[in-house]
Amino acid sequence: MTLSPDETIIWTIGPIALNATLVFTWALMAVLAAAAWVARLQTKRAKRWSIFLETIVVGVQDQIEQIAPGQSTRYLPFIATLFLFILSSALIGVVPGCRAPTASLSTTAALAISVLIAVPTFAISTIGLSAYLRQYTQPTVFMLPFNIIGELSRTIALAVRLYGNMMSGAVLAAILVSIAPLFFPVLMQGIGLLTGVIQAYIFAVLATVYIASASAPHPKSQSTQEAQNG
Amino acid sequence: MDSATLIAVVSIFVAGLTITIGSIAPALGEAKTASQALNAIAQQPDEANTLTRTLFVSLAMIESTAIYCFVVAMILLFANPFWTAAAGG
Repeated sequence: MTLSPDETIIWTIGPIALNATLVFTWALMAVLAAAAWVARLQTKRAKRWSIFLETIVVGVQDQIEQIAPGQSTRYLPFIATLFLFILSSALIGVVPGCRAPTASLSTTAALAISVLIAVPTFAISTIGLSAYLRQYTQPTVFMLPFNIIGELSRTIALAVRLYGNMMSGAVLAAILVSIAPLFFPVLMQGIGLLTGVIQAYIFAVLATVYIASASAPHPKSQSTQEAQNG
Repeated sequence: MDSATLIAVVSIFVAGLTITIGSIAPALGEAKTASQALNAIAQQPDEANTLTRTLFVSLAMIESTAIYCFVVAMILLFANPFWTAAAGG
């Protein structure tokens, strides 16, 4: 019983050990890139792959548009990449012999840190550095430490939530196979599949909400802008 | 009772306790969330899309408390650092 695919070493070259997390992450990256490439080749004659990917991308864009109106084209590359990666890693989690890379805390921590970096990047490019920094002192300066702690704790929550959900599916399947090997593990795998898809959606939505809330101009400054414009 | 046995006993007991208490509170919270969301959808069926999205996000956030408890219980049972130290050393 292994709690994380980090512990499964597939290949070793000298001091460098290649574990299952890395191997499946790279495999997923290759598959996603190849799928995008095939879809690009087919764009002129609408074929299966391009229509399939277009449906997903337009769906993601619709969802972003509902959360952050008018910003969907800017957020789409980042959010859709997160969503597709987490979704496809949940999907290969049920393939025998494959381990979901998101069942490792290292992968989910990396994804959460990329959200942590993306939030100020998008916010500063939208509302400017001073307006972004001023958000930390809202509503009063005394809230500054709490805002910073909140920023860090929600990053940890993002990482542990995804890790816990994906890991619990794999561990439950392993426990059930040793207790009741016949039909029950299949049902639990089905539930794990559902959880994985929902978690991919949740991660993408939370990343969008964090970015959108940091990028939204403060009500006071918005009204002054409108006053200046009008 | 040597220290490894003691650690095993305490770990198993606390893992059970963690998952018990840690699943009661999120279950109550999720039940309340779901019933409120159903009420809201019954009153405003047009807003069902927005309500469902908000419901899923809030359910996942409530459930993460239970997931944290599950992670702690799993670490206590299968990857206990104190157990490894006591049994190895």
